[in-house]
Amino acid sequence: MTAPTAAKHALEVTDLRTHFAVPAGDVKAVDGVSFTLDRGKTLGVVGESGSGKTVLSRSVMGLNVAGNAKTTGSVLYEGKELVGMKPKEMKNLWGTEMAMVFQDPMTSLNPVVKVGRQLTEHVRAHMGVSKTQARDMGVELLRSVRIPEADERFDVYPHEMSGGMRQRVCIAMALACSPEMLFADEPTTALDVTVQHQILNLLNTQQRDRNMAMILVTHDLGVVAGRADEIAVMYAGKVVEKAPTKTLFQEMHHPYSQALLWSIPKTSQPKHTRLSAIAGRPPDLINPPAGCSFSPRCPYARPICHEEEPVLISGVGDDHTYACHHPVGSPAGDEAFAKNLEEGLPQTLVAAGRIRATEDLPTDREG
Amino acid sequence: MAGSGTAHLRPLDETLLRVEDLVVEFPLGGGRVVHAVSGISFDIAKGETIGLVGESGCGKSTTGRAILQLPKPTSGAVVLNGQNLAGIGNERMREMRTDVQMIFQDPISSLNPRRAVGEVVAEPLHVWGPAEKDAQWEKVAKMLDAVGIDPDVARYKFPHEFSGGQCQRISIARALVLEPELIICDEPVSALDVSVQAQILNLLEDLKAEYGLTLVFIAHDLAVVKNISDRVAVMYLGKMCEISESDELYAHPAHPYTQLLLESLPIPDPEVELDTSVSEHDELPSPINPPSGCRFRTRCPHADQMCTDVEPTMRRINDDHFVACHHPLVPVAEVSVSTP
Repeated sequence: MTAPTAAKHALEVTDLRTHFAVPAGDVKAVDGVSFTLDRGKTLGVVGESGSGKTVLSRSVMGLNVAGNAKTTGSVLYEGKELVGMKPKEMKNLWGTEMAMVFQDPMTSLNPVVKVGRQLTEHVRAHMGVSKTQARDMGVELLRSVRIPEADERFDVYPHEMSGGMRQRVCIAMALACSPEMLFADEPTTALDVTVQHQILNLLNTQQRDRNMAMILVTHDLGVVAGRADEIAVMYAGKVVEKAPTKTLFQEMHHPYSQALLWSIPKTSQPKHTRLSAIAGRPPDLINPPAGCSFSPRCPYARPICHEEEPVLISGVGDDHTYACHHPVGSPAGDEAFAKNLEEGLPQTLVAAGRIRATEDLPTDREG
Repeated sequence: MAGSGTAHLRPLDETLLRVEDLVVEFPLGGGRVVHAVSGISFDIAKGETIGLVGESGCGKSTTGRAILQLPKPTSGAVVLNGQNLAGIGNERMREMRTDVQMIFQDPISSLNPRRAVGEVVAEPLHVWGPAEKDAQWEKVAKMLDAVGIDPDVARYKFPHEFSGGQCQRISIARALVLEPELIICDEPVSALDVSVQAQILNLLEDLKAEYGLTLVFIAHDLAVVKNISDRVAVMYLGKMCEISESDELYAHPAHPYTQLLLESLPIPDPEVELDTSVSEHDELPSPINPPSGCRFRTRCPHADQMCTDVEPTMRRINDDHFVACHHPLVPVAEVSVSTP
């Protein structure tokens, strides 16, 4: 364990693993993730459902309190080790040091408590301010997240607000004790596109003003494209590619990152543009495929991919890492693709547009 | 927009379905009424896909359901193949429903968890025939195969044994088994992951070509709608703002609301400049007491007195692009031609 001296990064996560014990075995939800994050920076974590992105953020914050969850590895926050910290000690960090905005604003607020009281609850607990002071702070917070008539809105119940307003309250609540680090777990997935735009802008503004570190978890590459400094793409509990945002979009090296980007419909394409779907479906996290976990769906997969797990390697710049034996755009990748096409590997034929993508692949495990 | 008007409708004999001045209201008690859909008109030619987009609460799902007379609209006409569905009796309507099928948003809850997939897909055939089990299974197997599900594997399995994307394929097979002319897809991909979403969108395009289907595609994701639709109608608070051929609509949005939607869309490209202003005006007014005149005026940057007093009607911009706005962002070709 590192001594709590001056930390280089605000957050340093090394080989973090969270496994959930279920009757069928261990669900390896997060399986060896490492990254660092600096103050004032945003890390976007992108992946599909089941990729472990939510569990990752909850593991860093120590929120996986269920009895069957086991977290190993290291999370250094300002030099303090968080893995293995007692919940009582963690409590002092929640709210004041790190806070979270959850996905569903409808269910993350208590429906029978007025928003004002929910908003100021931990302000009063952590900062020891009086009721009237807390109220003033609360109204100020509501104003800072651009809630109109903040004074009146302080005394309403959550159901009297729209989804966007409720998410603003949740953000205000997360910001109440001026945390150093903000986790936003799919903060806009439940919201309309115009509201999403507003909420993301609000998060960005607040982050800039407060110089917070932020982890923005989402399934939508579009959400992180303009807003994150760095992006980590997750698949089956692992980070498969990580790079500064612009670098990642310019040269994606992992076949999964590329497939993910290509499968999104874009307004810049003409109508009826054929989407490049990914064949197969996400893997079973109890018995993940041997070798690279994307290999059963990957158009670039060669025999080695089914046997040997690729490690994260650096690309041109040191800050661009990816885990792949046959990276996209490399001679090895081109060769693998051409060979697979010749041999008629289904997922390669799908990628080449020769056959239609389904979720059943001969190599795919059932269930 | 609060636009009404029917200037954008095509001659009746060129269309498969025409919805004219559709109104759906839900009584709340105490004389209050939710104005879910207030005078929507659009039409669909055979083999065409029309996309209905808008934020939640704009009435797009209600419109889709009202086409099927579920529930019966408060007023307005739904003309399918020259027959007005609003006026026909229940027995006739039952028969007409074989021509119009629906695919729902949540693939898992729209399949009966206690019935095997083979039965779920065969259910419409129990009602409409063929009555022989073998003939039924032949049709079911053909449909399951068409949507990319192995019929022999799936026949005796239950919905919980399939992923969300596979359940959606099964729902599509069920909708197709009666060989309908029109399918109403109510947010069919919004519960799915992007990789599976792409599979389903491609599948719908393939099936449309193969079976000559006509689709009403309801979704809140503008990029998805553009991908699949020939024409797109933008709705706001129970009214239609703008209707156009899709490429034209996305290239030259004429309604301020359409522009707002397009600007809000997250683009997966870091080079695109973001508008990062934060405003307070993202609240949808209540459909119980909608604003007078143009319903979008409370959020519209161009709104003036005229927008409060007069409801805009559909006006033509060019060939197949119509907008209901007093201050459209693209010049209007003709001066108001609409009939109320």
